Amino acid sequence: MITVNNLYKSYGKVTALNDLSFRVNDGEIFGVIGPDGSGKTTLFRILASLLLPDGGSAGMNGLDVVKDFRKIRGIIGYMPGRFSLYQDLSVEENLKFFATVFNTTIEENYLLIKDIYQQIEPFKKRRAGALSGGMKQKLALSCALIHKPEVLILDEPTTGVDPVSRKEFWDMLERLKSEGITILISTAYMDEAGLCDRIALMREGNFIAADTPQNIINSYTETLWAVQTENMSASLRDLRDHPQVKTCFAFGNKHHVTVRADLSISGLQRYLKEKGYSKVEIDAVAPTVEDCFMALTN
Amino acid sequence: MEVIKVSNLTKKFGNFTAVDHISFDVRRGEIFGFLGANGAGKTTAMQMLCGISKPTSGKGTVAGYDILRENEKIKRNIGYMSQKFSLYEDLKVWENIRLFGGIYGMTDHEINEKTDELLYRLKFEKERNTMVKSLPLGWKQKLAFSVAIFHTPQIVFLDEPTGGVDPAMRRQFWEMIYEASDQGITVFVTTHYMDEAEYCNRVSIMVDGRIDALDTPQNLKEIYQAQNMDEVFRKLARKATRIEN
Repeated sequence: MITVNNLYKSYGKVTALNDLSFRVNDGEIFGVIGPDGSGKTTLFRILASLLLPDGGSAGMNGLDVVKDFRKIRGIIGYMPGRFSLYQDLSVEENLKFFATVFNTTIEENYLLIKDIYQQIEPFKKRRAGALSGGMKQKLALSCALIHKPEVLILDEPTTGVDPVSRKEFWDMLERLKSEGITILISTAYMDEAGLCDRIALMREGNFIAADTPQNIINSYTETLWAVQTENMSASLRDLRDHPQVKTCFAFGNKHHVTVRADLSISGLQRYLKEKGYSKVEIDAVAPTVEDCFMALTN
Repeated sequence: MEVIKVSNLTKKFGNFTAVDHISFDVRRGEIFGFLGANGAGKTTAMQMLCGISKPTSGKGTVAGYDILRENEKIKRNIGYMSQKFSLYEDLKVWENIRLFGGIYGMTDHEINEKTDELLYRLKFEKERNTMVKSLPLGWKQKLAFSVAIFHTPQIVFLDEPTGGVDPAMRRQFWEMIYEASDQGITVFVTTHYMDEAEYCNRVSIMVDGRIDALDTPQNLKEIYQAQNMDEVFRKLARKATRIEN
């Protein structure tokens, strides 16, 4: 379990964490999403005992991140956003190094990392610095897991990773979760937010919402329509010009539009036809986590 | 009119064929999405197109120049931006613009005039003397893109420009891409966000060094009987047999 109470952190005049409190339950995957600079990395670094908070407290499994930092480091696995393994050591040497630092061996916990490590094992003699992005990620996760941590802290582990590999990565997290490992993860991919047990939307050093993805979606109050026309880039501007349209954003092959109550689908259809669009399709749609994020951060 | 035209472009590293006989055209003003899994060969292909890496075999032109013999001219006629590197953090906003304008051979007069215009358009006038490192990421990105097309290149290469960027900012960024494309600049972009693939006029998908599919997003979805580009990508990328290198 992770407990955070009234956490504060500032860098000079910039407040990175502002009275943040929350709790992550045992065996839960808890996702933190938020714009760059919202405080995600600061939070993760404090929890990993690498940064001291200015106020408040945080702990996990009965240990305090400040007072018990040595013990904390023994029970967590931390994967920073920036690749931070030893570039000049080989794949195998890196893994061996981390195992040794934590008084264990690769053999002892091999089962836990097997699925991931097997994919890079053919290259175990290669320098870590010479690995491709996807392989570095797999090695970093292997190193974070080699001492069988109780809590895993992952700072944007899938940034720059392709959709197929991301899916594999999440399958792996599910397996680690079933081993009872508590996982705290940040991500910029909204489809991944939907895979967490609970998610928090972070902004300016605090959570503006924290709940299950379904409850976050249920609390969405806007009227949301998906609009498709024959000229998507031009219709983006025209839709925004409509006085009853609150927001309009591109969502793949459709635009998601939120509107004030006094506009009807047929009314918007008429407006677009008058603007010269011949193919106009408008449907009411259910919001996704991404819509909720856009609404909450707007 | 094609801005990129390559045939049988190949790059080998020892026994390993990173890019395996790719052939394709990109049209002027087009937004061309260049997709593929990590390790499929995108970066190597892009380096050849930008004139940084010499092909092992094959031929082609970029911005009208031969990629085998005129790679220096290619460099002058393209723009490049990636999420990893684009601006000098320890230079001010105007200094970054000045530096890149100079590198691309613009005159002082031209640079000064266009700098004012750019800062006005971005509503950045007050940030002229701000160090780039103290700008919020969203601003940095807008500036990086503007700098990459400051010399009005025929084509701009964007290598995962939105990696790790939040949803609202990704969309603002794509609106800048649309604007550039409306001005006739060809946009060649890689991304791992499949909703962004939908914003491209045409998309190619690389698998194991080859281009396995190339068409409009609409046609690809029909051909692969998929609901969205994510599904198209998964269907194709799953066929990969080579181990990521």
